[in-house]
Amino acid sequence: MNAVDINGRDELRELYRELILDHARSPRHFGKLADATHTAEGINPLCGDKLRLYLRLDDQEKIDAASFEGSGCAISVASASVMIDTVIGLDLSLALEYFRAVTGRMTNPGQDHGDNLDLGKIMAFDGVREFPSRIKCATLAWHALNCAIHNQRTPASTE
Amino acid sequence: MSHPQPNDSTAIAIENCRSDFPVLQQEINGQPLVFLDSAASAQQPTTVIDAVAEYQRHDHANVHRGVHTLSHRATDAYEGARDKIQAFIHAASRREIVLTSGTTESINLVAQSYCRPRLGPGNKILISHLEHHSNIVPWQLVCEQTGAELVVTPMDDVGQLDLEAFKQLLSTEVQIVSIGHVSNALGTINPIKDIIAQAHAQNIPVLIDGAQGVPHLPIDVQDLGCDFYAFSAHKMFGPTGVGVLYGRESLLEDMPPYQGGGDMILEVSFEGTTYNDLPHKFEAGTPNISGVVGMGAAIDYLQSIGVSRIAQYEHDLLEYLAQQLASVDGIRLIGTAANKASVQSFLLDDIHPHDLGTILDHQGIAIRTGHHCAMPVMDYFGISGTARASLALYNNVDDVDRLVAGLDKAKQIFA
Repeated sequence: MNAVDINGRDELRELYRELILDHARSPRHFGKLADATHTAEGINPLCGDKLRLYLRLDDQEKIDAASFEGSGCAISVASASVMIDTVIGLDLSLALEYFRAVTGRMTNPGQDHGDNLDLGKIMAFDGVREFPSRIKCATLAWHALNCAIHNQRTPASTE
Repeated sequence: MSHPQPNDSTAIAIENCRSDFPVLQQEINGQPLVFLDSAASAQQPTTVIDAVAEYQRHDHANVHRGVHTLSHRATDAYEGARDKIQAFIHAASRREIVLTSGTTESINLVAQSYCRPRLGPGNKILISHLEHHSNIVPWQLVCEQTGAELVVTPMDDVGQLDLEAFKQLLSTEVQIVSIGHVSNALGTINPIKDIIAQAHAQNIPVLIDGAQGVPHLPIDVQDLGCDFYAFSAHKMFGPTGVGVLYGRESLLEDMPPYQGGGDMILEVSFEGTTYNDLPHKFEAGTPNISGVVGMGAAIDYLQSIGVSRIAQYEHDLLEYLAQQLASVDGIRLIGTAANKASVQSFLLDDIHPHDLGTILDHQGIAIRTGHHCAMPVMDYFGISGTARASLALYNNVDDVDRLVAGLDKAKQIFA
């Protein structure tokens, strides 16, 4: 893995794409959601990233509002921001399909994941796959989402 | 503290050491490796690697057990390393050198064997805000077990202990003081001789966590006067999984065994067991023999250069590192005590340390990022972690320059 590979592609720029930097600098949906119905904490003990995710479900079990707070690296903050952009308006089963697709794309990129889903901005995180130590940063918020949906009491951990 | 400039021959001799470390002769991500993470684990010179391999190839058997030749050779190699360790830290007797799995086990041994029988409600254990988790959690465990209280010496904004507060905290309730020699997160060298003298004036024993001290400073436990000194081989260019507890013989004699098993006994029956003499009383089970042999070789290596010369070289290089980092626009140095060794923590703009670590690694530069197993220190500064560059004798000015250039790339990406 060279700093710039034979195609002149800069892997660091692939990792830190403009969309990721934008969401890291100005995370959307940041803050506490006072009337949340579901919440979960995500912790990455390796680097100390910590976030709390809030979901509000309507009567049809659809996510009608969501937010997060906490601190972390650019990848984990941007991932939380993009994730919430994606899942607002989805019902729980579809949100979980996205969770499985995102974590699958990161850890088993050879296989098909979420081909039936509109991954949109999530694909900006594909560059993370070249940086194995950072995959946990990109999936932390998604694991917290999974925990929140299943109402798990222990924090989601990347370990 | 003022230091004389090293003469050229010293600097050159140490710079030549780099070729003794095979792991440094490689490229990472297309760039020559710059290794600035020795405070986490230092690299091993060829002499250490070879000593371990030679032992495995020719001499391995269990120690203290057989009448056959290999068992004698293994025992001689193992006990010979103990003698080297004793001489290296100037202990009065080889009976005071307990071989453990590392600094962490050494501290747990003192907490459980020395402290636990002595402690009860109303007693206190005095540590400091600068400590590594391994000099916090063993004491919390023994506090939970006995009802004793953990008391913390505060620190200031540059990362120095508040010695006035320390004096105030020393009281008759304090049963032990446990302080790090050098802070792994900030590099502060604590004035341990002074701390030990003050504690002893009130008859309080002192443990020094020397994990970050031994690789960078000459150690004389008798001159320091400490009661216990704990350290690890892998911070001083030896193998992982091996460490030392130095303990004053009179204290070790009175302490019960920490673990039961083979080698720590004289005689076992179902009615009872007679324990072995020091230091074997504390070495239950088959030890990490090859690791101990490697530690002995690491001591030979350090002494072939001279720990004082290493300390001087690293001191000058650390000053250069701090100066060069300070000149980077947007840098915030964390830990700027007057007396430091090896370590510089920092933050750059609002770039998360983890992102800095990835961007530097991509340029072949290895640093540590995160809380450095010192979360209370991070809490003090109101941060979740830092980027940390740590120096060893194989680093040089070029490494520092590469780091500073590497930070430019991070600034470009996050501009």
